[in-house]
Amino acid sequence: MSTGNMNLTLKVWRQKNAQTKGAFVTYKAEGISPDMSFLEMLDVVNESLILKGEEPIHFDHDCREGICGMCSLYINGHPHGPKNAITTCQLHMRTFHDGEIIVIEPWRAAAFPVVKDLAVDRSAFDRIQQAGGFVSVNTGVTIDANSIPIPKVIADEAFNSATCIGCGACVAACKNASAMLFVSAKVTQLGMLPQGQPERYSRVQAMVAQMDAEGFGNCTNTGACEAECPKEIKMTNISRMNNDYFSAKLFREEATHDHAAGE
Amino acid sequence: MTLDAKIPKGPLAEKWSKHKFDLKLVNPANKRKYDVIVVGTGLAGGAAAASLAELGYNVKAFCFQDSPRRAHSIAAQGGINAAKNYQNDGDSVYRLFYDTIKGGDYRAREGNVYRLAEVSVNIIDQCVAQGVPFAREYGGLLDNRSFGGSQVSRTFYARGQTGQQLLLGAYSALNRQIHLGKVKMYTRTEMLDVVTIDGHAKGIVTRNLITGAVETHSGHAVLLATGGYGNVFYLSTNAIGSNVTAAWRAHKRGAFFSNPCYTQIHPTCIPVSGDHQSKLTLMSESLRNDGRVWAPKTVEVATKLRKKEITADQVKEDDRDYFLERKYPSFGNLVPRDVASRNAKEMVDDGRGVGTSGFAVFLDFADAIKRLGKDAVSAKYGNLFDMYYQITDEDPYKQPMRIYPAVHYTMGGLWVDYNLSTNVPGLYALGECNFSDHGANRLGASALMQGLADGYFVIPYTLGDYLAQIGPKPVDTKHPAFEQTKQDVLARINKLLALNGTKTVNEYHRDLGHIMWEYCGMARTEEGLTKAKGLIAELRADFWKNAKVVGENEEVNPALERAGRVADFLELGELMVDDALMRRESCGGHFRLESQTPEGEALRDDDNFAFVAAWEYKGDNQPEVLNKEVLDFEFVHLTQRSYK
Repeated sequence: MSTGNMNLTLKVWRQKNAQTKGAFVTYKAEGISPDMSFLEMLDVVNESLILKGEEPIHFDHDCREGICGMCSLYINGHPHGPKNAITTCQLHMRTFHDGEIIVIEPWRAAAFPVVKDLAVDRSAFDRIQQAGGFVSVNTGVTIDANSIPIPKVIADEAFNSATCIGCGACVAACKNASAMLFVSAKVTQLGMLPQGQPERYSRVQAMVAQMDAEGFGNCTNTGACEAECPKEIKMTNISRMNNDYFSAKLFREEATHDHAAGE
Repeated sequence: MTLDAKIPKGPLAEKWSKHKFDLKLVNPANKRKYDVIVVGTGLAGGAAAASLAELGYNVKAFCFQDSPRRAHSIAAQGGINAAKNYQNDGDSVYRLFYDTIKGGDYRAREGNVYRLAEVSVNIIDQCVAQGVPFAREYGGLLDNRSFGGSQVSRTFYARGQTGQQLLLGAYSALNRQIHLGKVKMYTRTEMLDVVTIDGHAKGIVTRNLITGAVETHSGHAVLLATGGYGNVFYLSTNAIGSNVTAAWRAHKRGAFFSNPCYTQIHPTCIPVSGDHQSKLTLMSESLRNDGRVWAPKTVEVATKLRKKEITADQVKEDDRDYFLERKYPSFGNLVPRDVASRNAKEMVDDGRGVGTSGFAVFLDFADAIKRLGKDAVSAKYGNLFDMYYQITDEDPYKQPMRIYPAVHYTMGGLWVDYNLSTNVPGLYALGECNFSDHGANRLGASALMQGLADGYFVIPYTLGDYLAQIGPKPVDTKHPAFEQTKQDVLARINKLLALNGTKTVNEYHRDLGHIMWEYCGMARTEEGLTKAKGLIAELRADFWKNAKVVGENEEVNPALERAGRVADFLELGELMVDDALMRRESCGGHFRLESQTPEGEALRDDDNFAFVAAWEYKGDNQPEVLNKEVLDFEFVHLTQRSYK
């Protein structure tokens, strides 16, 4: 199975489940090819663990092409590893050098409890989206798509926010474990588009309230989230969210109704 | 057994409207008395769960990922077709219908495909209303591009991540219903069996992937939207978790499995770099709009390239063979996927492949960059170029991409009628999980269209007809069928956990993949398939003796999950081979070397094979029984597909 000549030392966080204490365990990763992805390197280690009758290192992953947002490792002090603008599954071993020690941890945040080893529970993100990350429209609309012209610059800007993959790297990078970048990306996407206007101010309040309820910290403008985001979501999203949030609290009557309470 | 597809009578354009009127309705006040189970939350499942909940049904939705937003629909790059004719270039519902039927090599139903084309326009309206940020022109209107196998620009897109944006749209609709309490969402939960009572599907058995708890869930209907089975090849563009288990378990409970041999090999993927490879990455078909596919004209030049004595840009124009442009002047680089893939394979078989392995051809953007400028190319394809660079360490702005075909999509799947119902009443299959609309080959940008058509615009109508007939009497999980099925599931889990051999499940999966790719991949022969059948049977027997599965049930145990899925692939693989052996013709993605035109194109045998194969499970180690649904073509004339 070994196809390369890199030998590495891994210090991996192992934790049986949310209830037990975890610890670092050291493993050797030998015969690693520089063309392997980081997850393929872990696959190789896991194959050898299984053959020895040991439990493989558990980590979340699925598409392995950088879009599903499921992979999530904190590698040598960086979410998704040392390279910018990519997820862990897109990180290749040529980024590391032979003999290197690599420290691998799960996302660390109170709102993301460890499921096992390197996998964490990010359902808090889903609950924030459920609180208001949508346009209340039922299936079956009959307005022609082109009856809502949207200036290209606005559409492009909304798109930039919409590229968030919900991986949680922003939270893992933040010293406050704040989810502001994640929440603001959705608030901005829908807040910029005409389709999102009717619920713009109730949405932001509902999503921020849920974010707070989940136990995420606040934003202190350090910018680690933006620096580590694999999709390069900008902090201007947070400014926009704050702006909408204050507007909602101070000036907006339509913001007072309970978001999406009706059927 | 006669299979009734239940295609409504009458003119093509009126079938769906008439059928919708003929379907029974469930009174609004009664809808809340029905429970509907939806397995899978990709485009088809997510859209179905949201739409059915909006109508008032109680929905229980399940996915094995940690969030419904991770479903593999998210990885679709290129776009979604719709017959909007916004570009005034001659598109129409009929043309989309015709292209899809022809692209599928006349192995799909006219009625289904016409309906798909018809509702395609509603999908775009729906998605825009949700806030899906499709690409736009400077005037603010939606932009389109052309896609393989079509001569009109009807593909709507969102950079190179259309699937992501559409899925997040469906996810947002689903979230709204979860918030309203109409959908109960079960994440990290894998469906392991279907419960049937008196021949009707009434529930499922699941395993909680965190605690290992095996549970039963009841419903008045069960909808499977669990995707395709491309991972039977081990290496494919599918996500690692994509699997056939839900569909296969349903098959073993009586649902027919159709056309399993129809697999799509996508022409433009990043070539394999070594044995460690865990998946293959697609480079969107949209790249063929501006990229030119070529291989060296001679083996000598190819050899120099493989040995890295020269680079691609040093190959003179005269020494290049733009083989798609040469052979198919009217479609050029935009020929359908099956045609493009086979031609790439021919180049490699001819000794003209490139890259160190020799298993690749070039996709070259030098002309496009010269014509449009680097910025324009980057605006269109930037994320794909970045991804390519990231994976290969080669800059596609400077050197042509190396590409090679890879397994991408499976046209086969559970047999369904026009209502998306399998032959097991109450059990439905949506999206890639069913077999219905793409025939023997799917056109680019049609998977997203079909997933959303099924979920948003077909099942909300057709399901009501069934529910109205069976009535809202609650289904109780105390019925002995639930306990019996649960015990079956537990027995199987224990059997897997008892495996304590010397070979990992992953190795078996890789071995199976090699067999499938070699003998049931881009070119198939009687001899090769017969050999594969024996090899798979041996491998499966060996798996149940020598595989090693560690850990316990009552914990997070990916080794156990994987073992269950690979065990099912080991059974499916054999059925695919049987199906490929039975179908002694070439059509679309199924290419039998024995059946080709003098020019080397797929040669159909309409007299003997214009039917849907629907395989019936008869018990472990029993041969499956073939049922045939004859395909009637009332409106289109069957011709030899030509893209010249």
